[in-house]
Amino acid sequence: MTDAMPVGDRKPLPPPVDETGVVGWARKNLFSSWGNGITTIVLIAAVVWILNWFLEWALFTANFTATTGSECRGGGACWALIREKFRYIFFGSFPYQQHWRPLFAVITMLAMLVLSADRRMWNWRLLVIWGVGSFITFLLMFGQIHIPLSLILFVALAGGVIGLTLRSALAPSSERMAYYALIGIGVVGLALRIAGVLPKWSIAIAPLSYVETSLWGGLPVTLILATYGLAFAFPYGILLALGRRSNLPLIKGLCVGFIELIRGVPLISLLIMASVMLPLFLPSGTTIDKFLRAQVAVILFAGAYIAEVIRGGLQSLPKGQFEAADAMGLNYPQKTLLIILPQALRVVIPPLINTFIGFFKDTSLVLIIGIFDFLNTANQALVDPNWAGFPGEVYLFAAFVYFIFCFSMSRYSKYLEFELNKGTRR
Amino acid sequence: MLKIALSMIAGASAFAATAAMAGPVLDAVKARGQLHCGVNPGIVGFMHADSQGVWRGLSIDMCRATAAALFGDASKVKYIPLDPQMRFPALEAGEVDLLASNSTVTLGRDAGVDFAGIYYYDGQGFMVPRKLGKRVLSDLNGATICVQPGTTTEANIADYFRLNKMTYKPVVIDKIDELRAAFFAGRCDVLTADLSNLYATRAAYAPNPNDYSILPRAITKEPLGLAVRHGDHQFADIVRWSLYAMIEAEEYGITSRNVDEALKSENPTLKRILGVTPGMGKALGVDEKWAYNIVKQVGNYGESFDRNLGPNTVLRIPLGLNGQWRDGGMLYAPPIR
Repeated sequence: MTDAMPVGDRKPLPPPVDETGVVGWARKNLFSSWGNGITTIVLIAAVVWILNWFLEWALFTANFTATTGSECRGGGACWALIREKFRYIFFGSFPYQQHWRPLFAVITMLAMLVLSADRRMWNWRLLVIWGVGSFITFLLMFGQIHIPLSLILFVALAGGVIGLTLRSALAPSSERMAYYALIGIGVVGLALRIAGVLPKWSIAIAPLSYVETSLWGGLPVTLILATYGLAFAFPYGILLALGRRSNLPLIKGLCVGFIELIRGVPLISLLIMASVMLPLFLPSGTTIDKFLRAQVAVILFAGAYIAEVIRGGLQSLPKGQFEAADAMGLNYPQKTLLIILPQALRVVIPPLINTFIGFFKDTSLVLIIGIFDFLNTANQALVDPNWAGFPGEVYLFAAFVYFIFCFSMSRYSKYLEFELNKGTRR
Repeated sequence: MLKIALSMIAGASAFAATAAMAGPVLDAVKARGQLHCGVNPGIVGFMHADSQGVWRGLSIDMCRATAAALFGDASKVKYIPLDPQMRFPALEAGEVDLLASNSTVTLGRDAGVDFAGIYYYDGQGFMVPRKLGKRVLSDLNGATICVQPGTTTEANIADYFRLNKMTYKPVVIDKIDELRAAFFAGRCDVLTADLSNLYATRAAYAPNPNDYSILPRAITKEPLGLAVRHGDHQFADIVRWSLYAMIEAEEYGITSRNVDEALKSENPTLKRILGVTPGMGKALGVDEKWAYNIVKQVGNYGESFDRNLGPNTVLRIPLGLNGQWRDGGMLYAPPIR
């Protein structure tokens, strides 16, 4: 009689060592055949060799403490150059003693972007965040802000019109009255202002010394151009995309014409137009700030591209969605805002973020019209006679900063896709 | 596309130039209280931003001198960086009042703008490794020369070698960074460019700057001028005489350090220049202390040269043509009287 082990006590044997863990994984993925094995070994050797060379250059023989470029020469990377120049690279020619201002402006903008990345903020809070954030940013950068009365009246008018258009069917009568009141104040105020009854009056907020835009430089410039460029281009692009699909021939023609015209020329030529051609056509004496001109050029350009991305999303929606919304008795703004856009935008997140990342980097083209964005200040750091001759270090540093921004955007897009597609995922 | 845009700009600026004649530049500058100076950023020693973001260099000092003459304050300048292709359209469009962007004065350009003085005499030269023992231009016969294609630099050496019945082997590389690297790696014997550029290249990129010498003779004339718009002679005069004041101050030994003592001098020439004897400022249409302010705040020409380009800087550019006429240089300012 043999002692049979009771069935329930029989322990399953662990899989062979070479099937699990690191060894198993390596066997399966790296050394599954002779060819793969050799490839793996060659590539590992190459990686080690490159890494060794890079670390030797960037770390072990690098110079962090030199006080002039000539001390740096001969060894590895000259990070002392970055140490000497990082304030210039980040903030450009902004008055040196006031560098805390662009620093906090950048922090404010980043906070604004991070906050608006959170889906829970996608309501009236977004307006508050951007209003307050932009105000702080520009107050820090300019030092002084003058808000003319006519601008306040215009904002009241625009707020009333937009509110009424979007919420006419949904809002309670008290809210509607508020919109009418805003429109009334705006129209009457502007009329009186134009007629000269109201004085040319403005609110002056001037806690700091004034710094003009020609002195701005570095990261704040890149962030402002990209952030506000895209913030304005996004709704503008949506309007263009909707307009291009409109049944009204005039609107459709205008939108198609605009998009094709802008997409047909390079951004550089648009920037040159804005910086050199525009002043020629303005009456002499009037000047529009060069930075503002570049900003508008970026908005127009980005708008055309975003419009086409969004049109792709609109076209992916089945016709039934439009018809169902019509059948519900929704008017055009409601149909668009509640049914169409939420679905269309969700589809185009990856290409949209792609466009955003592209434009974040394209802003560096403003260097052609003499605006010192981040890449351009990095360039300028290279021409100091005491520090010239280390382009590798400076561009590596610039690339690192750009990478942080672009990579965060791409991770965010991944998160957003996950969040917004919860409903359709199985 | 860029070319089309630029040619459109050139066309548009042609009628803008006529429009600009109506309103004198000087009035606009004075009303603004600030001089708009167009610069070409990124030329070592001539214009660059230091670690604190302050513009420095010989060209920058030209802007500062004009501002000192106009406003008594050399800091009242707004520097507008311009791409080399954009600088003349920008001047003609009125975006800048004065161009100090290392532009060579040529007849073709003088037709479109006015040049108010030459502030640096440059020329195309040659850099060679010291160990090759080449000292004069004729030693370069048969040499391998690194040069950028499609530039006037390339055409100039072709002309020069043909005229002098010498031969050379060109190594043509498009990108300036690669061109430099090729030269310092020994792929060619000679690097050719404008002299100021060669000195900057040697200072910044040579593994050991002492291993390379720059032949003193130039084969072309590249006088760098201060450009202003057509149509305002008074403003052009102020720019021109601000430069002359710097040169004249050097000639008479007035520096930013001793200018206050020079005010007490009995020398009638100094008294006239510094405005102790009034009249010169009035003639030019600026404050009588104009030249004093220039020398006090910017320095004389020699001081500016030493500070930005001279033997004590990393560039180590010898005075050469940019010395006073007494010392065999080209600086010869008409008398301020």
